[in-house]
Amino acid sequence: MALRRQGIDYPLLLIALLLTAFGIAMVFSAGQTDVPSKTISLLWRRQTAWFAVALVASWAVMRGSVRLIEWSAWPLYLLSCGLLVLVLFVGTGAGTAASVKGWLTIGGVRVGQPAELAKLATTLMLARVLAAQRDVPRSLLELWRPLVVVGIPWMLVMAQPDLGTGIVFIAICFAMLFWSGVPWPLLLMLASPGISLILAFSTGIWGAWFLILVALVLWSRTYLREGVALLLTNVAMGVVAPLLWDTLKPYQQRRLLVFLDPSLDVLASGYQVTQSKVAIGSGGLFGKGFTLGSQKRLQFLPERHTDFIFSVVGEELGFIGVSIALALFLAFFLRSTRVATRANDAFPSLVAFGLVSALFIHVIVNVGMTLNLMPVTGIPLPFFTYGGSFLLVSWIGVGVLLRISAEGRGQPDAIGL
Amino acid sequence: MLSFTVLGGAFFRTQVLQNAQYTLQSENNRLREVPLPGARAIIYDRKGEIIAENLPGYSVSILSPTEDSLRSALTTLGKVIPIDQAQQELAVRRFRRAPQRPAVIFNDASFQVVSVLEERRVEFPGLIIQSSPKRYYPDGAAMAALVGYTGEISEAQLALPRYDGYKAGQQIGRQGLEQQYEALLRGKEGRRFVEVDARNRVVRDNGVRPEEQPEAPPPLRTNLDLDLQRFIHEYFGDSLRGGVVAMDPQTGGVLAMYSAPTYDINRFIGGVPVKYYQSLLDDPHTPLFNRALKGTYAPASTWKLATAIIGLQRGLVTMDTHMPQACTGSYYYGRVFKCWDKNGHGDISLAQAIAKSCDVYFYQLGLKIGLRNLIAGGVSLGFRDSTRIDLPDEKRPRWPESVKYFDAKYGPRGWNASVVLSLSIGQADNAQTPLTMARFYSALATDGAAPTPQIVAQPVERTQIVNLPPDKLQGLQLALADVVTRGTAAGAQIQGLTIAGKTGTAQNPPHPDNAWFVGYAPADKPQIVVAVILEEGLHGTAAAKIATKLMERFLKKKLTLVAVTND
Repeated sequence: MALRRQGIDYPLLLIALLLTAFGIAMVFSAGQTDVPSKTISLLWRRQTAWFAVALVASWAVMRGSVRLIEWSAWPLYLLSCGLLVLVLFVGTGAGTAASVKGWLTIGGVRVGQPAELAKLATTLMLARVLAAQRDVPRSLLELWRPLVVVGIPWMLVMAQPDLGTGIVFIAICFAMLFWSGVPWPLLLMLASPGISLILAFSTGIWGAWFLILVALVLWSRTYLREGVALLLTNVAMGVVAPLLWDTLKPYQQRRLLVFLDPSLDVLASGYQVTQSKVAIGSGGLFGKGFTLGSQKRLQFLPERHTDFIFSVVGEELGFIGVSIALALFLAFFLRSTRVATRANDAFPSLVAFGLVSALFIHVIVNVGMTLNLMPVTGIPLPFFTYGGSFLLVSWIGVGVLLRISAEGRGQPDAIGL
Repeated sequence: MLSFTVLGGAFFRTQVLQNAQYTLQSENNRLREVPLPGARAIIYDRKGEIIAENLPGYSVSILSPTEDSLRSALTTLGKVIPIDQAQQELAVRRFRRAPQRPAVIFNDASFQVVSVLEERRVEFPGLIIQSSPKRYYPDGAAMAALVGYTGEISEAQLALPRYDGYKAGQQIGRQGLEQQYEALLRGKEGRRFVEVDARNRVVRDNGVRPEEQPEAPPPLRTNLDLDLQRFIHEYFGDSLRGGVVAMDPQTGGVLAMYSAPTYDINRFIGGVPVKYYQSLLDDPHTPLFNRALKGTYAPASTWKLATAIIGLQRGLVTMDTHMPQACTGSYYYGRVFKCWDKNGHGDISLAQAIAKSCDVYFYQLGLKIGLRNLIAGGVSLGFRDSTRIDLPDEKRPRWPESVKYFDAKYGPRGWNASVVLSLSIGQADNAQTPLTMARFYSALATDGAAPTPQIVAQPVERTQIVNLPPDKLQGLQLALADVVTRGTAAGAQIQGLTIAGKTGTAQNPPHPDNAWFVGYAPADKPQIVVAVILEEGLHGTAAAKIATKLMERFLKKKLTLVAVTND
């Protein structure tokens, strides 16, 4: 089909701009405290500067073509993997994640987190690999290629160790496998070792899950060897789970435990979540007013400009403000999903969906974390959380989406947006 | 889509439905209650003179998020003003008890400390300096045996149900009136709110929320006579030791109560300096021992009236009854029992025996009554009971309950019937406080009913202990008046004013004798009962002099004196 150039996807661009403006406003507000901190109160300016850079980058990407993007997948992937290896040796920590060596520092200045770039690069690479696949995979073994693509950066990220970003990689992987047409029983079987790992803490629940898995293996008529191997893996996972738990860093264990019960540790890890809920809850319907949140002003709320920036939204702008922010995110995801459905080829479609799911998992985990619906993992909130590299990568993602949208088919879609 | 619905729902639940709960939590986060200590009630004497009042003072406290930060703040403060190790530890302990309240560093900071700290306030976030009324007793030394003092509530006290509404760091009354009337004296604590940030730095000091002013309760009026207290204090000076109780025989209203040697109770307020306390403890004359309330002494001759009453009640004697044996200076009962006057008193009546305090007469009267009856009589006259005065820690007097007491104490064969001789002249196993003796003489001075002594006026409570027809009681009263006009207390007579009373000289081996006087005035219309014990006062006349001066001081202003004759 001949390429019919369409204009820029203005609704998508507008939503992204609104979200970013909202975000910078909140970074500004987060800097307003009763005992002022010079660095934090001026962060909004740096964020604005990064936004300008991000817009340029996004524009540049949009001017390119999907072909170019596809071509750049390999070098980007290799580059980001290289950087991830590099930060393992020379990385530095920052903020809440002081013990996580995620930052690339050059000459004392923190340049960025390679993991952010790796998210984009892995998405592109995964899209390439999956787009090249002609048949729908029938067995787990046929999935080795995409798994290797995700597995390498995932392991490097986990080695930092950055649990949150690791979760993002897994989410991207599953979302794109699903989008590429891998049947759901296969996805479930793929996920089964992980599920076993989590459920192993209760023998009863794990037993029930194992029976379901056996039924699934029999029903989907898996290859004998593969089925047996899968079940054995699950058993092994169930056994090693407690051992694996011991290998987690104490702060990681604590975070997971505190997620289950924040009151366990009101003054340390649970403190953040408790204060976040207090901030959000005390915001009420209309909030305490822009820049006027007492939890934030008096610094009860931790990580106001990064991980818990959404709590500032909740406290100062209330349920109304939260609803507007969530509505913008929802609109953004629906519009981007539309881009994925209307892409003219498998690769752009996969890329679009991968980007959407990556941003989606960020939003869900981060926002959920502020209300203790998700564990505190240090995953930033796209367009809101202060941080240059993440904003840049997010906007490059937007640029890619705009490009794909521009090359997509012009037919109306089911969702009707 | 689903996830967003769930998220939206969760936010709705948190922000709209649970808003009140979280608003409260957020307020609790940012607001710290700073207690404004309330002034305690003023205590007045019967004429409106001040016994206890409050002076302006300053307290210095600090808000800290953690114990560590408190310690470091104390160290920093220590570079500006002197804080010794004990004070630091105390502040830390206070913090542990109530981390949300400012930990008090100085309860009573000097003006100098306050001005230094005010100047450098910016350096110490969380520092709170505020006015805090300080208790003061204008006549601290004269009142030490009575008023008690105030101090910070202890951990042990906090655990008691009695102190349910109290918080750590608050002041409570200790001992004396301050303890007894804590509920009436305690000031109502006010509070103000300061806004703090996550590190407990005070961000806004005023107007965060309206203040609640502390309230002082209405003043406490007492029956005490401050003028008498001062007078006794001056009279005792530094050399005399003993205790004094003066009360109204009709109402039981306590006019004065004093114990010597005394000390400055003002130094006890808010924690007594260790050195001063140790010096009081080390003093061989035990100034901390309240002789009026807790000192028990053999009542000696002052108790002879009790023997007389028991004899009269049983109908064994009248005021004119003579004993079989005249007094020759001693009496033989198994061994020789001496009379205090070795020349003897001759053949005398009960009335004369009381006036002359003749031991030999009372030995025989005691024998006539018999040990069992004497003991029972003493019990019914209240010599085993404390007076239930409105002061804490009154000491119960000692008097045998029955004959079994002697078996238990000395063994069935360890004593003999001659003990009744000693008991009948107020010696042996009899130990009374000035307070119990004052109560007994109050009954004697009036209609035979003993009032419950009260420092703060309450409904009068009288218990009939002496059961004699009015004429017999009057006979006793006349004989008692004769003691002062003619008898052993003759030196104490004040012209124009007749006092009824009895001296006593109690052996106190190996020390010199203790001197007693218990009496009342005016004899015909008693308005004041005084009991005096002078430790090592040698003879009762010394005590009688004090009592007489005291009565004079009290009565001169009050009435024209009536002379009672007893010839």
